[in-house]
Amino acid sequence: MSAASAIYFVEGVLLVAIQEDISDTDILDLQEALAERIVRDSARAVVMDINALEIVDTFVGRILAQLASVSKLLDAQTYVVGMRPAVAMTLVELGMDLPESKTALSLSHALQDLRGKPLA
Amino acid sequence: MSVPEGALVSVCVLLRDRDVLHARRVAGQELEKLGARSVKKTRFVTAVSEIGRNAVMHGGGGEARIYSQVHPPCVTVVCRDKGPGIADVDAALCDGFSTAGSMGRGLGGARRLCDQMEIETTVGKGTCVTMVARL
Repeated sequence: MSAASAIYFVEGVLLVAIQEDISDTDILDLQEALAERIVRDSARAVVMDINALEIVDTFVGRILAQLASVSKLLDAQTYVVGMRPAVAMTLVELGMDLPESKTALSLSHALQDLRGKPLA
Repeated sequence: MSVPEGALVSVCVLLRDRDVLHARRVAGQELEKLGARSVKKTRFVTAVSEIGRNAVMHGGGGEARIYSQVHPPCVTVVCRDKGPGIADVDAALCDGFSTAGSMGRGLGGARRLCDQMEIETTVGKGTCVTMVARL
């Protein structure tokens, strides 16, 4: 696992803060590591903070979308939080959305949403 | 495309994914120096990322030359590779076209995110994409 992103496990939720300088290789490693952690920790959700990302291009967007699909298969809901407004506008222009992810403005919004759900 | 407007700021080698990060950081910094707003910068840097990644993944590597001009303000990125070239540019610009199993939104998406984009490509010789952001 690279230092480009750290995974924390809190209240049944895997928290990932994606770092600004994450490379394609790092994000592929992250995808694999997260899938393993969901099962090992019996996580019910994954919250990915992408606030540090100045851009999300089609590659990173595709990996984020895949990650959400994999999480869903492993019975964990994915939240993408902290998306910058300019990133959201650019993603729409690229014709991309993140169909399996919930988005939340911030980590606390995502956790609030999750706390509304009973623990499995 | 004719000679890029402005002065050459940087030549970035594009061999690995990390190199793409560097090229897009330089392009972003140049736009910031010219006072570009956040959306403008994000759009253009995203386009540079798409095209730079294409050069690394499909073009076998290449280089990005970054130019900046104050009057009228613009940043130009010329991304060149010596890869297989693109046989049908019009098809490649359509969303959903991909020869590599990806989503195929990169090239068409990049064009929408620039103020101007030109593609010169020769099959078997390589591809040169010129992207311009005007402020």
